[in-house]
This record gives sequence, C-alpha cells and structure tokens, in this order.
Amino acid sequence: MRDVVVTGIGLVSSAGEGLEAHLTALLGGGAPNTDATTFEPFPVHPVAALEWDRQIPKKSDQRQMEAWQKLGCYASGLALDAAGAKEDAALKSRMQLIVSAGGGERDYAVDGQILTGLAKAGNPGVFLNERLMGDLRPTLFLAQLSNLLAGNISIVHGVTGASRTFMGEESSGVDAIRIARERIASGQDDIFLVGGAYNAERADVLLIYEMGGFLWKKPYRPVRERPADGGGMILGSGACFMVLESREHAASRGAKPLAAIAGIASDRSRRRAGSIEGALHALSKRLGAKPDVVISGATGIKGITDEEQAALKDIAPGAAVHATGDLVGHMMEAQAPTGVALAAGLIAQGKAGEAFVTSVGHWRGEGAIRLTKA
Amino acid sequence: MALRDKQGRPLVAVTGMGTVTSLGQGKDDTWAALTAGKSGIHRINRFPTEGLRTTIAGTIDTVDVEPFCAPMLSERLAMLAAEEAVGQSGLAQEDFPGALFIAVPPVEMEWPQRQALAKASGQEGDVTYKDLLKAAASGEFKPWHDLFIFGTVADRVANRFGTRGSPISLSTACSSGATAIQLGVEAIRRGETDAALCIGTDGSVNPESLIRFSLLSALSTQNENPEGASKPFSKNRDGFVMGEGGAALVLENAESARARGAKILGYVLGCGEKGDGFHRTRSSPDGMPAITAIRQALEDAGVVPEDIDYINAHGTSTPENDKMEAMSCTAVFGERIANLPISSNKSMIGHTLTAAGAVEAVMSLLTLATGRIPPTINYQVPDPAIPLDVVPNVARDAKVDYVLSNSFGFGGQNTCLVFGAEPKGA
Repeated sequence: MRDVVVTGIGLVSSAGEGLEAHLTALLGGGAPNTDATTFEPFPVHPVAALEWDRQIPKKSDQRQMEAWQKLGCYASGLALDAAGAKEDAALKSRMQLIVSAGGGERDYAVDGQILTGLAKAGNPGVFLNERLMGDLRPTLFLAQLSNLLAGNISIVHGVTGASRTFMGEESSGVDAIRIARERIASGQDDIFLVGGAYNAERADVLLIYEMGGFLWKKPYRPVRERPADGGGMILGSGACFMVLESREHAASRGAKPLAAIAGIASDRSRRRAGSIEGALHALSKRLGAKPDVVISGATGIKGITDEEQAALKDIAPGAAVHATGDLVGHMMEAQAPTGVALAAGLIAQGKAGEAFVTSVGHWRGEGAIRLTKA
Repeated sequence: MALRDKQGRPLVAVTGMGTVTSLGQGKDDTWAALTAGKSGIHRINRFPTEGLRTTIAGTIDTVDVEPFCAPMLSERLAMLAAEEAVGQSGLAQEDFPGALFIAVPPVEMEWPQRQALAKASGQEGDVTYKDLLKAAASGEFKPWHDLFIFGTVADRVANRFGTRGSPISLSTACSSGATAIQLGVEAIRRGETDAALCIGTDGSVNPESLIRFSLLSALSTQNENPEGASKPFSKNRDGFVMGEGGAALVLENAESARARGAKILGYVLGCGEKGDGFHRTRSSPDGMPAITAIRQALEDAGVVPEDIDYINAHGTSTPENDKMEAMSCTAVFGERIANLPISSNKSMIGHTLTAAGAVEAVMSLLTLATGRIPPTINYQVPDPAIPLDVVPNVARDAKVDYVLSNSFGFGGQNTCLVFGAEPKGA
C-alpha cells in the first residue's frame, strides 16, 4: 500500500481565507465570527467576504452558481494553488475529484410568494404549476443539483479526471476522504481533489435542522459548554478542499507534503446511550491512534458531544483538543475535510506529531481520521 | 477458470439482481415487457398537469408510501429491488456481509410539507421562511428532519439489510446508478469487502422536479401519445421522458461466491469514467470525455472493441445526448458500429435518472443470460446523422458475450461499464 499525503489545502470560512488564517485563529483561541441577527434567533458563522474573481475569473461562471458552489469552487482553486497544480492542465485532466455535498439554495422570495398564494388558490395544484413554470429561474436547478459543485469545479478549474459526489451530511465528508485515500493507497489513482462546501446562511437548511430540534438559539458558546444548557449546533458557512496524492507522486512533481493521512475509519452506530463512546473507541483502535492533538468535529448537541468528550479522555489523554465548531461552526458535509485540513496544518507547522480528527454526525454516522508527519 | 482478472484483481461476480420500473415489479416482469417492446410511459395522474409543457412520465403508481414524497418512494423502490437481489443471491436477508453503495436522488422538502408548515405558523398574510421556522420550533415536524436529509434512504436500507460499515450515498447525476456499481467493484477489487450491495433508485417525479427539467428544455413535449414520446436515436426525438425505478445488484468476489456455491449471473469486468469541463449540461463537442470513458471501461475489462457484442445505450432521446453518444461510439468502434446492436431501454421505461445506470446494468446482464436484445421502440424516423443499428422496434436474439453499458450525466459525468457472461480468456 502506498502512503497518502496532503499537498494542498484550500479553506474559507468565517475565520477567513487560507490555511494560515485558520491556524492563527485556532491557536489564538478567540471566539469565532458570529452573526446573531440575520437569522435571529439562530446564530450562524458567516463566511468572510471573498473576492470571487480571484478563483472564479469568469462572471458568467459566477452567475451560474449559488453560494455553496461558489464557496467550493473558490476553496478548490486555493487548494490547487497551494499544491502547485493550478497551472498544470495535464495534471488536472487526470486529477480525480470527490465532493461531499448536500444541495443548493432555493429562491426564498418565490417560495414565500407561492406559499402565500397557495393558501388562497382555488385550485392549488394548478396554481403551483403555473407559478413554478413562471417564476423558477431555469438555471437555478443547476445551482441546486448536488453533483453540480463537482461539475463547476471541472468547468472552472479543469479538474476532469472524473468526479463523484457523496451525500449524507457529515458522513459524506469522512467517506469522501476515505475513498480517495483508498484509491490512492491501492494504486488505482495518483492524485485527488477532495472536499466539501456548505452555506449556512440559508433559511431552508436552518428549517431542516430546526424541525429536528438541533439548533442552538442563544449567543455563541463553545461546543463543549452547550450540552449543559440544552445543547445545539451553530451552522457555519465555508468550504474546504484538499489535494491528496501518493508520496511518490508528490515527490515526482516536487510537491511538498504537509502531512500523511495514515488511516480513516467510518461507521454507523445504532445510536443509543453509550454508542458514540463505543464507536469512537473502536475507530481509534482500528487506526492505532496515539495523537498529541485532536481536532474534534463535535456539534454541541447534548449527549453525543458529552460522549465524544468522554471517549477522547481515554483515546487521547494529554492531547490538546480543538473543536472545529469553535473556529468555523458546523459545516456539515465540509466539517470532516476542514478538521483534516487543520490537523495537516498543525503537523506541517511542527505543532503536532500525530493528529486524530473526529466526526460525530449530528444525527448519524461516526468517523475518525489519523494524520501523521509527512 | 482463474478467479482473478489479468491485472491480478479479484473478479467481480453478480449473484443477485432486482428491479422495479414502470413496466413492472421484479426483473422478470420488466424484462418480459421490455423484450416485448412495451412502453411504461403514461399520462401523469399523480398531480395536476394543467399548465405544464410535459404531462407524461414513467411513474410507478403501484407502490404506496406515506407521506408521499421523493425520498419515501425512492427508499421503497430501493428496498423492493434489494429484497429481490439479496433474495436471489442467497445471502442473509438481514445480515448482508458487505458494504452498501446507493445512488439516491438529491432530496429536499417538498411543497406539501412547506404548505403544512405555513399553515401551522398561523400566518395569514405574506408567508416567509421566518413563519416556517416559527412553525418548525414546535417540534411537531421532527420526523421531517430525518425524512429530508440526504443520508436517510441509505441509512434505512442499511438497517433493513444489515450492510457493513458506513453506507455511501452518491450522485453523479444521470450516471449515478453506474457509479454505485463502480464503487462496489472497486471495494471488492481492493479487498475491503467480499460483497457489495449496489443500488440505484429514483422516485422523484413531482411537479417541481418535472418543471425544473422542463425549464431546461430537456423533456419531450409530445404528450399526445405518451408511449411514443421517448424516441432515442430517431430524427424526431425531442427530449427525454422522466421515469421512476429502482435496481439493485449483489456483487461478490467471484472466489467467495464460488466457494459458497452461489449461482453467478455474470461479471462486472470493467469500469471507466471521465469528467468533462466543457459545460454544465452539454458535452465536449469532440466527444473526448465519453470516448475516454468507453475506452477505459474496455481496457479495465481486458477486452478490445471487437469483443463487444451489444451496447446498452444511455440513449435518452434528447437531441444532444443521442448525437454525442453515436459519435463517441463510432469513434471507439469504427466502421463496425454500423452493425453493432445498440439499443435504449429508455425508449420504454423513460429516463430513470439516478437509477438508470443500475436498471440498465440489470437489463444488460439479462441480455447476457438470455441472448435477447431489447429493442429501441418508437423508431419510425431514422436520423441520417446517426447511422446505428438501434435494434428498431423488435427484440432480437443474438450471441452476446460482452455488453457495454453507457451512462452520461449533467455536470460532465461519463461512466461506462462492461459486463460479461465470463471473463475473457476464461
């Protein structure tokens, strides 16, 4: 089996743009940027202002995308730059792509108008047809389709080996990296762009998680302090993409590895009291983890957050524990990639020798990634 | 016979198959109708169609779910197909010894649910998402969180069949079903698992989905004669017809399948894929990505173009796809393409979107097993620009050892699979 290394990271979030900015904020330990008013009573971590032109040069491309796709395309460009791959068209044409994604934004004004009209419509079905036919922007569909983030990355950046899009909330982020790593390790492919994007500043995603009762509705508090007060997650906008490749492939093109992805394990426990603790112990054992730093994907949700904390005390006694959620919020499909990027950055800076990244999905799915020095 | 391929990887056998389409529940019903040239396309009566440009589809109206919505129907179709497939394989029905890879349509809350939230909010003036959020806080709608997040269909299928590990839900648009199979093949070849349950499912014919495709001018508007609307490769083709379906395949390491005495239905010999960065909905004019995907699949299978006896086409009936597919196949197969049978199941079941690659994989394997090639129906006006043997209108018997199945999708997705009754040189 071949070693798999991280050679480029592109990261954008409420903490800013680029790996450096994120590591500085992580080690600084201040409170994250939070918008408490736009979606009151739901705080969100809004993405920093970006100059889209820098990574998505064509306005026509920008117009075809909604925010989640633009964030993903932008972060992909940063990752390709960081890996020294941006200008190498031949390399990008054989670079594989796995994206973890949900779906795109809706047209909130149109939805509201239709709902208002439906309540009074004599024939609601016909009314709905007429309004959707008349009011939906034809291109909005392409901005919503899950696999069109990958499609846009192919168009904007020329990454055209082949793309696959994984769905399924937090787990999709872990499994995207897992499958990419396995394909490289087994020799099937040499180089991947992998990651995810999330736009939290959307009423429709807040609605889904509010229906489930998962959202924190008070001023920001660190994830580990929330369970005592009812628990809940604060969604964050951002994106993280990484270039992964075999050690040999990186060496052959003179790319400097930041860290090695030594192992990834994911599973799906049937959730009940104690199952998260058990799952994390099992994952850590499978990976042979002996971390000196932990990047936790904890959500802040009651029960599962406490169990993760308890498990980490055994798995990583004495390790520094950072919660991705306290830096950028919960970025759902992009949460695990972001955790891995932060871990790789800390290792590259010599601030950690081995890192353990956790993902405990807000509703299902557990995963862990072990990173070591390159 | 060697149980590894020429590259030393485990051979991947198919030991179970199941499908449900608008032509019937179970692969036997679908196959009988498909080889009889019957269409499953009909007028939509699931919802009012006044004001729509397209009023026909290959919906599956015999399956009841509650609440009726795309994720529930997609889940049910996946379950039905998987029950048939796992049943045929003889593996444990509730303790499947391998991973789950499932292609599912992207889901989101639908209009009946939005309306229920709007009503529950008590807002009698202009409704906004603020009102829906207010209603959501009641906790009364908690089950809809689970229903409308992306990982739920996979989770429920994984629970039902007891598959191992983290199930993978995926989308590569209209090639998703083929990608699910490819992921299973790869996992077995890498030795991660000896078995994989690979599913494609799509039950998403609802007003908004239909209208979205309609607004992209992707759908046929020839509503007068629903059964005649899907006309792949014909000169008068004018778009695809949406269809619903589910299909499941049990893939196994051939060695472990043989060891347990399972009946092997065929082999997935090769997979190929290639991205296209040309445009969001159109293919590169030179066809290079599709050509590359086909060539990769053949190479991966250890066969040459001359070995392929039949192509199960993507054949959507859109002007763009069929032209591009014909050009790509001609580039790979050369002059031989004029006499190489290529037919489209979509002429009868419509485009089952996320499920299509898996449904058509099952039909490809049935062609291998029976030596019968389903026709392309509604082929009355040949397109002189597409000089292919599309097996017009009537099924045909032929000796078929190797089948190529093509799947292409929005977003530059091109995925091709090669199936064989036996590996080459066996």
